[in-house]
Amino acid sequence: MSQAVRIRAGYLLAVAALLLAPQFFYPVLVMKVLCFALFACAFNLLLGYAGLLSFGHAAFFGGAAYVAGYALKSWHVPALVGLLLGTLAAAALGWLFGRLAIRRQGIYFAMITLALAQMVYFICLQVPYTGGEDGLQGVPRGSLFGLVDLADDRNLYYVVAALCALGFWIIERAIHSPFGQVLKAIRENEPRAISLGYDVERYKLLAFVLSAALTGLAGATKTLVFSFASLTDAEWHTSGEVVLMTLVGGLGTVYGPAVGAGVIVTLQDQLADKVGSLVSVIMGCIFVLCVLAFRRGIVGELQALYRSATGNRY
Amino acid sequence: MADTIDYILETDALVREFRGFVAVSSVSLRVRRGRIHALIGPNGAGKTTCFNLLTKFLEPTSGSIRFNGVDITDERPAEVARRGMVRSFQISSVFPHLTVLENVRVALQRSLGTSFHFWRSERSLRRLEPRALALLAEVGLEEFAGVVAVELSYGRKRALELATTLALDPQLLLLDEPTQGMGHEDVDRVMQLIRRIAADRSILMVEHNMAVVAGVCDTITVLARGSVLAEGSYAQVSRNAAVLEAYMGTAEGGLVGPGGRG
Ligand SMILES: Nc1ncnc2c1ncn2[C@@H]1O[C@H](COP(=O)(O)OP(=O)(O)O)[C@@H](O)[C@H]1O
Ligand SMILES: [Mg+2]
Repeated sequence: MSQAVRIRAGYLLAVAALLLAPQFFYPVLVMKVLCFALFACAFNLLLGYAGLLSFGHAAFFGGAAYVAGYALKSWHVPALVGLLLGTLAAAALGWLFGRLAIRRQGIYFAMITLALAQMVYFICLQVPYTGGEDGLQGVPRGSLFGLVDLADDRNLYYVVAALCALGFWIIERAIHSPFGQVLKAIRENEPRAISLGYDVERYKLLAFVLSAALTGLAGATKTLVFSFASLTDAEWHTSGEVVLMTLVGGLGTVYGPAVGAGVIVTLQDQLADKVGSLVSVIMGCIFVLCVLAFRRGIVGELQALYRSATGNRY
Repeated sequence: MADTIDYILETDALVREFRGFVAVSSVSLRVRRGRIHALIGPNGAGKTTCFNLLTKFLEPTSGSIRFNGVDITDERPAEVARRGMVRSFQISSVFPHLTVLENVRVALQRSLGTSFHFWRSERSLRRLEPRALALLAEVGLEEFAGVVAVELSYGRKRALELATTLALDPQLLLLDEPTQGMGHEDVDRVMQLIRRIAADRSILMVEHNMAVVAGVCDTITVLARGSVLAEGSYAQVSRNAAVLEAYMGTAEGGLVGPGGRG
């Protein structure tokens, strides 16, 4: 099979799986997996393809969750408008974070994003619009164009699946675009990219805004699914979780982070009522195992296996 | 002749200090348009630092730089590159996990003006490939087009770097030890290539291999401890007593220097 055929077959399978998933699994769980998968893939666009480790992505996820929740609940905007507002807010926040952080390298970049995200968390805790410790409860799901009632999990599922598919498509396209090429060049050798006349900071900023916007789409969609936005969404914990998902799935592989998100979310869901707070310990162990033994993550290791089995190196 | 008085690059009393240590001290350099100008000097003389200053990878402590008559002292490195002064690096500098073809294509790509288009398919870059292949042919790499750059031999990486630099069609190339670490044949090939590309551009190069300097360069500036020691043709410079003492005195016979060091 040629590579193009294999890729197309892969996409068909993925679409079929998306369409059939609610027949076999609880739709809300699948939707949660999808939201975090989009979150992780958006994060990976930045870390895996621009080489920027942000430790503040919860700000975009949580920020968008609150904005969408507020718009849906207080202004009664249609569902899609709420999601759009959340996404735009995250993009704007991403632009701001990016402007402040992008000149810094490595650990300093991570620290500044973390600090900024903590400020956003503090704002979410303090302002009167977010419901403080309780978060925004009872956000209405509304309907799609006044036609399809989204209170029904099945109906909502297909909307969420379509939105996430759109998000994945944008990421995939961005990675394989002229912009993505420059991004890879910058990641590979920044001084060389500069010497070729690329203003690397502007490219990194665009990558950051794209990543923040798609993270926002994931966060806003999550609000719609669960009908609430809470402080957990904006907590530093969430920023760490997305790093874990990305590493478990495979850093720098297009869909590895989605697999990682699936594994982590499902595990948390299954374990929550069995082991209680031990979940954190288990997550920590997975993290350590991943860093020590499976650097390439699930998808990365599978790809390597496939390559060594077929002798095909690229 | 007009171009003999026309300088593509001029610096005026360029200084760079690193915490009190003067790495480049009051260097006034003038590179004639259309010539190959060598910057030589012992290790640590400040040649690479000079390159970093000229291309704005480092800020000068004082002094000014004019490129094509325009003061570029306050510009950013990418801006300088877009003006047509493109550098290579002393340590070979490729994009290791892109293919050889992609390495050159990424340099060509800027001219399309679509480099921020994240919604456009990579396929839109395919029309750059004939030009990229032609550039690769120029440095003898066309059969390696599909190879990932990290797998090339050292000499070929340097050749790839040259092809990538040429892709920008620069007016002035700054080459930092282009033959460093190369075998004889590669050195000859690079020398010929440099002569060929100099037909319609200017070149400023750091070079340790005196055979190359003598063979291709029109003007030579000798740098020692950050300052200009001498300047002139190879014949003039190689007879200069101060130069012989400070730099070439280390090599027997005076003229064939070491092949190059880090
Ligand atoms: N970033 C830096 N910080 C401190 N000292 C530096 C830096 N870059 C270069 N130097 C010093 O400046 C001097 C000139 O270095 P360099 O320009 O690399 O020499 P060359 O290329 O002629 O061998 C050396 O003594 C080097 O140690
Ligand atoms: Mg040097």
